[in-house]
Amino acid sequence: MIFSEIHGAYYRAVAEILRAAVKAPVTPRDIRRIARETAFSESAQTIEAALLSHRWQLLRGDGTTPIRHEPTLPYTTLEKRWLKAISLDPRIRLFDFDCPGLEEVKPLFTPEDIYVFDKYADGDPYTDEGYIERFRTIRKAIGEKKMLRLALCSREGRRVSYTAFPVGIEYSEKDDKFRLQTLRTRGASGRYGYANLGRISSVDIIDAKSRNIEPPPSRDLTETLTLEITDGRRALDRALLHFAHFEKEAERLDGGRYRLRLVYDKRDETELLIRVLSFGPFIKVTEPESFVSLIRERLIRQKNLL
Amino acid sequence: MAWGELIKNFETIRGYVRDFYVYGFKSRGDFGGRGSARSYDDERRRIESWLGEHIGSRQTPEGKNVFLSIDSRAGGHNPLFRAWGARSFTDGDITLHFIIFDILWDEDTTLSFSEITARIDEYLAEFPEPMTWDASTVRKKLAEYVRDGLLLTERRGREVFYRRAPSCRAGGDGISDAADFFSEVAPCGVIGSFLEKNGGEHENIFTFKHHYYTSALDSEILCSIFDAMGERRYVKITSRPPRSGKKYVDTVTPLCIFISVSNGRQYLMAYEHTKRRVFPYRLDNIISVAKCEVDERFDERREILRRMMCHIWGVSTAGGSDKVSFTVRFGPDEEYIFRRLLRERRCGTVTRVDESHAKFEAEVYDAREMFPFIRTFICRITELSISDKSKETQFLRDIGEMCRIYGIEEAEE
Repeated sequence: MIFSEIHGAYYRAVAEILRAAVKAPVTPRDIRRIARETAFSESAQTIEAALLSHRWQLLRGDGTTPIRHEPTLPYTTLEKRWLKAISLDPRIRLFDFDCPGLEEVKPLFTPEDIYVFDKYADGDPYTDEGYIERFRTIRKAIGEKKMLRLALCSREGRRVSYTAFPVGIEYSEKDDKFRLQTLRTRGASGRYGYANLGRISSVDIIDAKSRNIEPPPSRDLTETLTLEITDGRRALDRALLHFAHFEKEAERLDGGRYRLRLVYDKRDETELLIRVLSFGPFIKVTEPESFVSLIRERLIRQKNLL
Repeated sequence: MAWGELIKNFETIRGYVRDFYVYGFKSRGDFGGRGSARSYDDERRRIESWLGEHIGSRQTPEGKNVFLSIDSRAGGHNPLFRAWGARSFTDGDITLHFIIFDILWDEDTTLSFSEITARIDEYLAEFPEPMTWDASTVRKKLAEYVRDGLLLTERRGREVFYRRAPSCRAGGDGISDAADFFSEVAPCGVIGSFLEKNGGEHENIFTFKHHYYTSALDSEILCSIFDAMGERRYVKITSRPPRSGKKYVDTVTPLCIFISVSNGRQYLMAYEHTKRRVFPYRLDNIISVAKCEVDERFDERREILRRMMCHIWGVSTAGGSDKVSFTVRFGPDEEYIFRRLLRERRCGTVTRVDESHAKFEAEVYDAREMFPFIRTFICRITELSISDKSKETQFLRDIGEMCRIYGIEEAEE
């Protein structure tokens, strides 16, 4: 069962409190701090009161505990079944995944039980040994905070190489691709960039500890797009779900119309443009004017074609 | 009863979280069908408590609109997982939990029921007013842990002995990385987020683009469906589409979960016994799943779906057979358009007509499902044909309507 108190925020907070109390007496302040960090915003008071009043008989009055060992739990059957299920996914080979004891476990689902119907067909090559090795090298460099020397084929087909500090790895389910986020030296401060893992042909950790690269001064790369949605052919549901992953705000207007404001990265403007076009006449962009012009331009070109 | 952050039943809050996150323009009055105004206030306060940093509100003439706004590219785990950590429990539940797993703290400690209860009493004897339980409460708690796989039992003569299940745990970052990654991209990912419960520092290196959170709310339903599918059983599903508000009960054999990465929706593709057809059910509309008998024809029904899949563009299996084709034009420096057609073609085929044109063709159940895809090529479509002419007309009329709303006149170039 997924919805169970053993996976709950309160149990997790109490486990942390007991983990501390096994080592040394905890104070009410410690309890409140741990509860705030581990559970919900209003949990601290409840947890503190329950422990200190002995409604939950786990802490003595002096902040010590009769619990003798740091609390741990084995995996539940459900967790093992989920782990077994992900062990059947081709992407698992990217990870140093060795979980003994799953041999006899029945997977929660198998690849035949699921089908992602709108994923792009040119995803990364997860079974390619070279790709797997490069992925793991990058992961190691991120963990050890070391620089990387990368060689890759650019989008235009040029071979390029450079050194960069690996910041993290981004994955797009739609593209089915991983991208390495990098910080590269440029002048006095650094510059963030991305490299598709599928385009990287070689990657080496530069053995020397990386020198610190100053992150670039924060630059606002965001823009707000304002859309007016007409609720025809269930466009409202579809649009609100489709744009749900953005920071956004929706508002009801009159006559079955709705306004949606969403914050997007200007570097993804073309992608967003075609996503808006896909909704046809049910979405009208009202701001910014530059975005409206892009749509108008495409529509005028289309009108002259058909 | 005093308000609390924790809840016993997930179903009510499931709807509220979805409405605050996906819609965000509803005020208290819009939730009228789901209980009293106080119930709305209680649920809103809970969601604020769980997801406070993502909550916003706006005052409108209809009242205050509360909404959740989350940029999923910012990283970290799906914030909606937090709702799954809000299950209520009793004082006895939590006390027993930590004591039992402290008594059975390693895999070598094996104790009988009476030994466990005696040890529990030793722990509690230190408190001024020790809790007391009847034997059945402790036995029930142990049985729960056995059912969940946390404890194992062993019978010696007439007595049952309990011990902790093997930890099945590997060291290193590999399993933590895998859990971080798959908890965001695999079905029932919230289960992966539980794996961190034993503490330990670990840096999550992953962020996600085009990432949808709402499916997390359907995890329990999905889990029940997977369970039935794994056992080749048919199920009775109760669903309540929000538009009609009515409850429907259908007897179906679950065949496959279709997932969209363009909007995060999940669909159960199932064989419906009454109408004898394969039909898609939105998981977010399903409110309960009851397992029934084994369907002896499971493999046969799944094969039917497999054969249908070369004509399903999204999830629609209704209608006849629509032949769709369109041609797009691209310049010498726009080869990426051809590549885009190839990677987004799904069950369609793409043919290079000449250096600057490519033709897409598909035969699908419902051409209307393809409209959003075709519209992404607006400004490049030189030819379009749909065998159902009413759909072709509708597509062209939509383009005309788009021109109208953007004030593009007939003669404009």
